[in-house]
Amino acid sequence: MAELIDALQPYLIPTLRVVIAFLVLSLIAAAMIWIERKVLAHLQVRLGPMRVGPHGLLQPIADTLKLLLKEDIVPAEADRFIFLYAPVISVIAALTPFAFIPFAANDRAPDVNVALLFIIGVSSLGIFGIILGGWASNSHYPLLGALRSTAQLVSYEVALGFALVSALLLGGTLSMRGIVEKQAELGVWFVFLQPVAFFILFVAALAETNRNPFDLPEAESELVAGFHTEYSGFRFALYFMAEYSAMVLVSAIATTLFLGGWLRPFANTEVVIQGFDVLSLLDWMPVAVFGFLTLWLLKEIPGADSNTHRLALLIFAAVFGGVAAALLLPGVLPAVQGVFWFLFKVFIFLFCFIWFRGTFPRYRFDQLMRLGWHFMIPVAIVNVIFCGIGLLLWQQWDWNLAGAFWVGNLATLLVALLLAGRTPAGQAA
Amino acid sequence: MVPTTHYLFLSAALLTIGVIGVLTRRNLIVVLMSIELILNAVNINLIAFARQLASVEGHVFAIFVITVAAAEAAVGLGILIAFFRNRETVNTDEIDLLKW
Amino acid sequence: MTFYLATFYVLGAIAVLSALLVITRRNPVHSAIFLIVTLLSVAGLYLQLQAEFLAAVQIILYIGGVMVLFLFVILLVNLEVTVRQEPFNRMWWIAGVAALVLLGELAVTYYLGRQAFAIPVTPAAALQPNTELIGRTLYQTYMLPFEIASVLLLVAMVGAVLMARRR
Repeated sequence: MAELIDALQPYLIPTLRVVIAFLVLSLIAAAMIWIERKVLAHLQVRLGPMRVGPHGLLQPIADTLKLLLKEDIVPAEADRFIFLYAPVISVIAALTPFAFIPFAANDRAPDVNVALLFIIGVSSLGIFGIILGGWASNSHYPLLGALRSTAQLVSYEVALGFALVSALLLGGTLSMRGIVEKQAELGVWFVFLQPVAFFILFVAALAETNRNPFDLPEAESELVAGFHTEYSGFRFALYFMAEYSAMVLVSAIATTLFLGGWLRPFANTEVVIQGFDVLSLLDWMPVAVFGFLTLWLLKEIPGADSNTHRLALLIFAAVFGGVAAALLLPGVLPAVQGVFWFLFKVFIFLFCFIWFRGTFPRYRFDQLMRLGWHFMIPVAIVNVIFCGIGLLLWQQWDWNLAGAFWVGNLATLLVALLLAGRTPAGQAA
Repeated sequence: MVPTTHYLFLSAALLTIGVIGVLTRRNLIVVLMSIELILNAVNINLIAFARQLASVEGHVFAIFVITVAAAEAAVGLGILIAFFRNRETVNTDEIDLLKW
Repeated sequence: MTFYLATFYVLGAIAVLSALLVITRRNPVHSAIFLIVTLLSVAGLYLQLQAEFLAAVQIILYIGGVMVLFLFVILLVNLEVTVRQEPFNRMWWIAGVAALVLLGELAVTYYLGRQAFAIPVTPAAALQPNTELIGRTLYQTYMLPFEIASVLLLVAMVGAVLMARRR
């Protein structure tokens, strides 16, 4: 028995992390429903959900309840078994990679030396949930949505992979922790050395998560709802959660590889005014954020619609205030620094996802494929080549770090301009 | 540690199943999938021996095998689609003309 | 140590069973799903054999690439007839006998040569760090085969595009 426990030891922490990721991401997905609707509404100068709770704050609870209580319909001609379990594949593929992502310097994520490959590999399995779900529905729109989705995901995965290559060339390792530590050591986030790769990663991430402007698999004007047309209730909620988890996942990968993971901005610089490092004030950012949220909620109380709303606001304010107070306890603030900055960056990404949805019109399918194959992939390959040259210049020929890579970036941009001139977007494929 | 023989027997089983699939199935897609099974059986052997001999060369060869498998799948499925377009079938029994 | 043996048996059983299902299912989509299961459990065996890089490659390339391609083609060539047809061809029993003879030969060979495999298994450290070692071997000793493999991929890509193109 003791032997068995010893043998199982290394698997415990990853499993626990996946379970925690499941719980936390369910919460984040629920919160994202509200945030997305609210942000989109304000981008379009609307109010968004206002009825359920103050400013619609309780909307996620109502939505979740609705989805859980809805009837779980299986189409008569569907391939029952696959239809039932396809959403589960998507969720598992989106959640498992969180076992390998270090959220903070003191986070004991398993430090596998091929972590990045595993994360990319496992998250790419999510595509099977989409294909199989679309196929098993035995209906035309889901099948077309699934086919589109497959073509799109396979195409953009190549560009995504090449974008990751430049980060791991700089980091010199496939270990997520190693890449962040390299950024700490060099004192510069990789986004400043490889902005083109970061841009490619971001666009490919939008395509991989089926987000606007690349949300063709679920283009409602053409395909009803794409691969999940036939899904309802809890299984639809699973797809929904998988989509949001995948968004959080690509944001977490991009944060780790290009935005310094858990590192605080300006961690290596000091601006000393009268013997005081002004930038160290950034350490207090967590308290400031939660304090601000508390104050804002308290400010809203007098103008609320009803006493129920006031009570809800008060509860939310108490929770955020409690967190802010807990952060002030001795020893807590340094411990949560890493997690806070990591999640802060991830949420900036999520905001950008929503922002893009509110801003860009959807691509046509042939335009999407043309963009992927004729522009993104060539630029990504050229970028990897110049990144390798930059690495050579920097390490072997003692060039300046920024100089070595920025020459390559400018050259890549030149190539990108040439390519963009050669491929008119309106031309049919 | 699991003895190398265990892996060899497993890979022999997968190989046989793959061979049966290639020889007996009528659906060309399943035949291609059976070929993937055979290639996987080969890879298991290569990697089991790589561990026994403590040399990564087995891993390197497995990578080459995977490369060939990817190329084979791409070309095989390309032929399959071309064939399906001409004959509206993917049945191996009906693929009996050398020239169309 | 028994734990490793247990994982081997579980993964091996899953691999063999789903491989059997691959070649017996009528519906090619089901075959593909079971092939994915086989490939995943083989990836698990790679992990057990300290080949973590290959396990990752297996998941990314084989499952995330090749199998997606397979499913894509099955969806394109969505044939209702194959599900209703007899899945095996007329000579299935000859093929079955031949394959079983092959299995028997392999089993006899392994059994007779079992002494050769009784070499004590070398310590795991020899294969670590896996990725770096594979990289060095691939780019130093096997540079030429590596380049040839890339040409092969290029040829396969051009060939696949040419064949699948509408005329």
